[in-house]
Amino acid sequence: MWLKFEQRPEPSKVMTYLSPLLAVGLMFLSGLILFLVLGKSPVEGFKVFFLNPLRDSYGVAELFLKATPLMLCAVGLSVGFKANVWNIGAEGQLLIGALAGGWLALHFEGSTSRLLLPGMIVAGALGGMAWAAIPAFLRTRFNANEILTSLMLVYVAELMVSWLVHGPWKDPDGFNFPQTKLFSATATLPLLLAGTRVNVALIFAIGALVVGWIFMNRSFMGYQMKVAGQAEFAGRYAGFSAKRSVWIGMLAGGAMAGVAGISEVAGPIGQITEHISPGYGFAAMIVAFVGRLSPIGIFFSSLLMALLYMGGEQAQQYLNLPSSISKVFQGMLLFFLLGSDVFINFRPRLVRRRK
Amino acid sequence: MDLSFLSSILFATVVAGTPLIIVALGELVTEKSGVLNLGAEGIVSVGAVAAFAVAHHSGSPMLGILAGMGAGMVMSLLFGISALTLMANQVASGLALSIFGVGLSAFIGKPYESIALASVQPIRVPLLHRLPLLGPSLFEQQGLVYFSWALIAAVSWFLYRSRAGLVLRAVGESPVAAHAIGYGVVRIRYQAVLFGGAMAGIGGAFLSVFYTPMWVEGMVAGRGWIALSLVVFATWRPLRVMIGAYLFGGCMITQMFVQGSGARVNIPAQFLSSIPYVATVLVLVLISRNRSTIRINSPASLGQPFLPDA
Repeated sequence: MWLKFEQRPEPSKVMTYLSPLLAVGLMFLSGLILFLVLGKSPVEGFKVFFLNPLRDSYGVAELFLKATPLMLCAVGLSVGFKANVWNIGAEGQLLIGALAGGWLALHFEGSTSRLLLPGMIVAGALGGMAWAAIPAFLRTRFNANEILTSLMLVYVAELMVSWLVHGPWKDPDGFNFPQTKLFSATATLPLLLAGTRVNVALIFAIGALVVGWIFMNRSFMGYQMKVAGQAEFAGRYAGFSAKRSVWIGMLAGGAMAGVAGISEVAGPIGQITEHISPGYGFAAMIVAFVGRLSPIGIFFSSLLMALLYMGGEQAQQYLNLPSSISKVFQGMLLFFLLGSDVFINFRPRLVRRRK
Repeated sequence: MDLSFLSSILFATVVAGTPLIIVALGELVTEKSGVLNLGAEGIVSVGAVAAFAVAHHSGSPMLGILAGMGAGMVMSLLFGISALTLMANQVASGLALSIFGVGLSAFIGKPYESIALASVQPIRVPLLHRLPLLGPSLFEQQGLVYFSWALIAAVSWFLYRSRAGLVLRAVGESPVAAHAIGYGVVRIRYQAVLFGGAMAGIGGAFLSVFYTPMWVEGMVAGRGWIALSLVVFATWRPLRVMIGAYLFGGCMITQMFVQGSGARVNIPAQFLSSIPYVATVLVLVLISRNRSTIRINSPASLGQPFLPDA
């Protein structure tokens, strides 16, 4: 007997939504096996990794805190992904957003203006957009593959952050640590809930989800982008500009990543350091895919991804495992999703093997 | 600049270019079959850590290379299952492999982070290694450097002079036609993907066992991605991969130029480190500007899934 995939007459709606759940289930299952292989009790491992982070209200608040940058980046990226624009450099755009907004905070240190914080957010968005504009320009003008260029710029952005915090922007009273001064209270995002670290960036993120939904589902431009992604030639025939899709896709991703970046440094971190993001820009790609590129899906998948980050920290603390285990889970999740997606277009069938 | 300085610059360039050659040639063969595997960064990372661990425990660099190769093949098999058997989007599958591989390597590598391996003695070609200027670069190198040169010849011969290579290219240009005359498109693509994985794994082994020789999280530092760009730069031709790899190898050792030239300018290290990445972007722009160059040279079915029995 042999498993064969038979093309469905049309893609299965049910499987479109079932596939992420199947992927999450498979990830849990392989997590149990992974803990077993590592010589830990699977039950204990599962408890520490997936349940411990949420045992109190502070943990739940942290979950939303960590989900915020993921939500922002993912909703921005999803706009591009829908149009087959592969911006994989959100991590770099996030960092440049943090630098652009952070520059305002440092430059107007001590200012009590109410405009400072909104200005920082706008600067963050513009910074991210500027960084994303480079691959967009190179793609539309020179036909350079945006996957490779946007990724290369991540490394450049990381080195830029490193240079600034080791050099010109280093806090002179900071005992030589590679970090800037702490942002003043006026340059820090207000908290939503006292006693937690959740700040107003969560509101931005949810706002971005709503705007993203309206753009993709209720605007003509969003429709054009979807067509460009699903049927390139149809889009071209209808006169939809492919270049514009690239620009909008890249800039949306850059803007949201930039806001995520400034929200991190003006939020839980409170200054610019070398460790602004534990790979949120990359994890956001997984969030976008697992969320089926839809805002509602992204909301839930960003919470799941945040849980994986927190689980990694718990595993480090209580199971003596490297926290990078969360990246292993993230990677597995995307693989399982891609694998499960086969059921959307195909039906598995057992057939007798041909001789 | 004296001769010995120039000679050491050449030597360092060749060493820095070697992993790029090996990884890029593997990817080139994969892409020639019509499969775009963006997972190179992840495969190189896992190959590096596997090679380091095995070389450390066994004390044998050779076993390390084999381990890197094996790990690379296992990783690329994951990609194959996703992109070839389950017909998932190749770009997404490759990204998944990169994210997964970089994470997995960090996870496996944690206990090895503060260990250094004994450096491996190079293989000297008698007499010739004493040649001025070129001697050390060409005749006093690690075995894998010689391997990279042999690989260029082997891949060129395979693709353009052997029947199997012709079939592989046919699969990449027109899988439907290749299928129609009876070639197993998926099977051939699997072989190409596994070869690419094996080479990426060996490239990783070179980094962790011979080049540094140690393991640090993130030490691959985008070399997998640069190798992917190299394939585009080389317009899918093996010999040009070598030229590009040494060009980038040179970009990676700019630190040495600056120190050795005795210049008193104080350039931040981060600026020098960013040169290979900026150079990659520039090179991609230069080569992609001319759309027809890319269209003529890239395998026609690159990145498109093939559905058997359709």
